[in-house]
Amino acid sequence: MRLKINGEIKDNIRAATLKELLEELEIISGRVAIEVNEAIVKRADYDTFRLKEGDVLEIVNFVGGG
Amino acid sequence: MEDKLVINGIEFKSRLWVGTGKYKDFDETARAIEASGADVVTVAVRRVNITDRKSENLLDFVDPKKYKILPNTAGCYTVEDALRYSRLAREAGVSDMIKLEVIGDEKTLFPDVIGLLEATGILAKEGFTVFPYTNDDPIMAKRLADAGAAAVMPLAAPIGSGLGIRNPYNLKIILETINLPVIVDAGVGTASDVAIAMELGCDAVLLNTAIAGAKDPIAMAEAMKHGVLAGRLAYKAGRIPRKLYATASSPIEGML
Repeated sequence: MRLKINGEIKDNIRAATLKELLEELEIISGRVAIEVNEAIVKRADYDTFRLKEGDVLEIVNFVGGG
Repeated sequence: MEDKLVINGIEFKSRLWVGTGKYKDFDETARAIEASGADVVTVAVRRVNITDRKSENLLDFVDPKKYKILPNTAGCYTVEDALRYSRLAREAGVSDMIKLEVIGDEKTLFPDVIGLLEATGILAKEGFTVFPYTNDDPIMAKRLADAGAAAVMPLAAPIGSGLGIRNPYNLKIILETINLPVIVDAGVGTASDVAIAMELGCDAVLLNTAIAGAKDPIAMAEAMKHGVLAGRLAYKAGRIPRKLYATASSPIEGML
């Protein structure tokens, strides 16, 4: 499946759900927030949220800032 | 004597709040925060690096169990962006606190107070504990308080400028105008600037560059800790009035 994640096109994504995608990308789920097509997905819904071809995702976390 | 800062039921152990930007590395960040004695640390919300998963994570060095994490909306120039980043921060984080920035101009990084006021109202209604970064304008402070801000964060001077408290009289008027905590945010350069803010009666000071940009950030962090404590104590103690002429400290009586 092809997804756009953080501005980059990613082909050959095998994950079907958000939870699986985080595992595939080796991202710790407790520290991020995710938008799919500009709508926030609650952390509790990651395991049931199904991804579709062409979804646009933003995965953010905290970085140093003032 | 208890002198705790409490905002929206949240108890803060220190009146020095610090940022986590501009450090050499995460190890230095962690050591500077430790030395500062800060309880609140600010962070920014940015895209996860999905290509290099070996890159280190800030929260491995700044433990959210030990510090209160205060996400900011730095870099947001519109109400829409500020709302988007705030909601993402809440979802990523452990609290409803947001340091709200709606920036008006790249050169000064002064706040766009019209956008700030609008965003403050919306986020307060959504249950956020909103800390708006604002001008040292008492009228705007009042408007932000009315819109539901948990505290107001007037700037001392432009972000990262190190110019210190540019308008102590306005800060004093803000303190007298609103019935909310006032946290000076941005523009301080050294420990005496922090002490001045606290002597005026401000409730806390938030800073980043003054520590991170110092030659020895760890030592400056400690200096800032003492600056806040000294300023707060002096404020509580009540300073003497300023007078033009001298008053002798030693008695005249008993002189030869």
